[in-house]
Amino acid sequence: MSSVKPTKPWVASPRDRFRDGLIFVGALAASFAIVEATALKGKLAYFFTFFIILTIANGVSGLLRYGLPAAKDAALKTLVGLGALLTVMPIASILATVISKGYKGIQLNLFTQDMSMATPTDPLTNGGILHAVTGTLTLVALSLVMSVPLGILTALYLTEIRGKFTKPIKFLVQAMSGVPSIVAGLFILSAVLYPITKGYSGFMGALALTILMIPTVARTSEEVLNLIPQDLREAGTALGGTQWRTVAMIVLPAARSGLITAMILGVARIAGETAPLLLLTGGGDKVNPNAFNGPMGSLPYYIWKSFNAGSPEAITRAWAGLLVLVVLILILFTTARYLGTRKVSR
Amino acid sequence: MSVIPAPREITTEPRKSDRIFRRVVTVGGLSSLAILSLITIFLGYRGFEVLRQEGFGFITSSDWSITTDDAGNVVESQFGLAAMLVGTILCAIIAVTIALPISIASALFLNFYSPQWLKRILIAVVDMMAAFPSILFGIWGFLVLMPSAEYWAKLIHHYLGFIPLFDLAPYVVTRSPFVAGVVLAIMIIPIITSVSREVFSQTPLDRIQAAYALGATRWGMIKAVVLPYGRSGVIGGAMLGLGRAMGETVAVFTVLNIVFQINWHVLLGVGGNVASLIILKFGDASPYEIKALMAAGLVLFILTLGVNAIADVIVKKTGKSGR
Repeated sequence: MSSVKPTKPWVASPRDRFRDGLIFVGALAASFAIVEATALKGKLAYFFTFFIILTIANGVSGLLRYGLPAAKDAALKTLVGLGALLTVMPIASILATVISKGYKGIQLNLFTQDMSMATPTDPLTNGGILHAVTGTLTLVALSLVMSVPLGILTALYLTEIRGKFTKPIKFLVQAMSGVPSIVAGLFILSAVLYPITKGYSGFMGALALTILMIPTVARTSEEVLNLIPQDLREAGTALGGTQWRTVAMIVLPAARSGLITAMILGVARIAGETAPLLLLTGGGDKVNPNAFNGPMGSLPYYIWKSFNAGSPEAITRAWAGLLVLVVLILILFTTARYLGTRKVSR
Repeated sequence: MSVIPAPREITTEPRKSDRIFRRVVTVGGLSSLAILSLITIFLGYRGFEVLRQEGFGFITSSDWSITTDDAGNVVESQFGLAAMLVGTILCAIIAVTIALPISIASALFLNFYSPQWLKRILIAVVDMMAAFPSILFGIWGFLVLMPSAEYWAKLIHHYLGFIPLFDLAPYVVTRSPFVAGVVLAIMIIPIITSVSREVFSQTPLDRIQAAYALGATRWGMIKAVVLPYGRSGVIGGAMLGLGRAMGETVAVFTVLNIVFQINWHVLLGVGGNVASLIILKFGDASPYEIKALMAAGLVLFILTLGVNAIADVIVKKTGKSGR
């Protein structure tokens, strides 16, 4: 008795793969030939002729084998791939530019000096971003202290209390995440800086960043708290715990890593925020340890200032600052993803 | 004889600690309401004087000038946002027009075409891109993208110049709304992509399998099931992107040539944006002009709030449409 071997007709056979590869190479060659032969020129021309030819070739190949629906299917597959490629291309270009232009400015003195004794046209061996890094860290710490309690309380309201305001608050948090950063800056300017403090300080900037950070923290925390199994809450109540003790000793510890992720995502959201800082912090060139008095530098402000100074050295400084900022955000983001993908801890 | 203890009184009344807990959480939860209403109140209060003086002209005229005498008193002032509002809407619409097809394609790719390993990487990359600061997009757009975008603008003008929208009366293509729109499009692609991806991934599996069982190709399935199901979600995502593009400050300020002139010509290097106006004028503004800027901020706030509210309502309707 012979056994029937299971077949998988939907998996591409070596022959199919060969044909697809041939079409790909053929389209590549044809696009080169067309760009060489006609008046078209530039990277853009290569890119689009290649994709047009690939789309048509795949379509025709489908048409010859299975008819019109297959032709459409094959052509659309190419277009969808093109869309994904177009989404990723800018980020590749941005990262490549930031690294290639920024690394020249990364020197030891960048992290040990501030700009108080340097002018924009000074060589790169003079001056640094110490004031900007300390300023950004101060701003982030202050906004964390203010926004995390409010964000997590909002999330707790949405997941634990579920009172009559649940729907409006959900809507308002969503609306708040769309508040333009410049409006947050103007609000602090009109509500706090002009009537009360009357002077630039880091704290004013942190207040504006808090407004921008609350929705991110609240929404991420809400998602995390929703993932905590209902059993845990019921177990807490069944053991005689009040709601307060259940939340504080069971739900929040169980969601710990997720809540840290929420904080990190919030920090990543505000670390590079520029517009409100331009209005509120004054952007000093000196290390200022007092966040409540006097202008305070920050990385985005430093980048903005160097970029607008315009001299080649200043532009290199701006790229170096951007590189530091991007590395900071990448680190934050990787940490958040690492924590976020771990299982919910006990 | 043993003493029978009196039965414990059972009540559903929360204890004192719980009452305090609930109150604290509710107050914290209402913080978003408090902040949003405070923003409206304070910007309105500061901008009230200007709004009353300019009346409806604040959003229909397009002059922005202020004359002061030697003592710094305001002699004459004229504040109109029309040019900036037109610029804001124009740039945002260009951005969404470019970003929407690309985002839908990449969301479809992520859900239905990509192999699993690539999908995980791409989602991480797209999410990270959404967290990139706008100043990065602005400077990159100015120094790297602009030369290419100007070349594209010339191509569009050359081949499609007969359409009035692409007209170039004075031949100035640098720093045009088109370039700003491309930069904004790159900024909002991650947002629209991740909203669409989430909506598409909620498509009921039985409908997908039913389509395949009836012999549909992958594209046939997407056209018949996924797109109708996710339509409102995608539109909502596009509106979210529109809101973000309208409120963008730094990226637009770096790229755009801000001129107080109503300009519908996409490729012409004249434009504006309410948010970048605020940054432009803030540096050397007199106290009275600051009030005008506050009023401008209020207009921008209400505009983005409206767009976001509509987006929210539309996204929630997902799944009620479709077959």
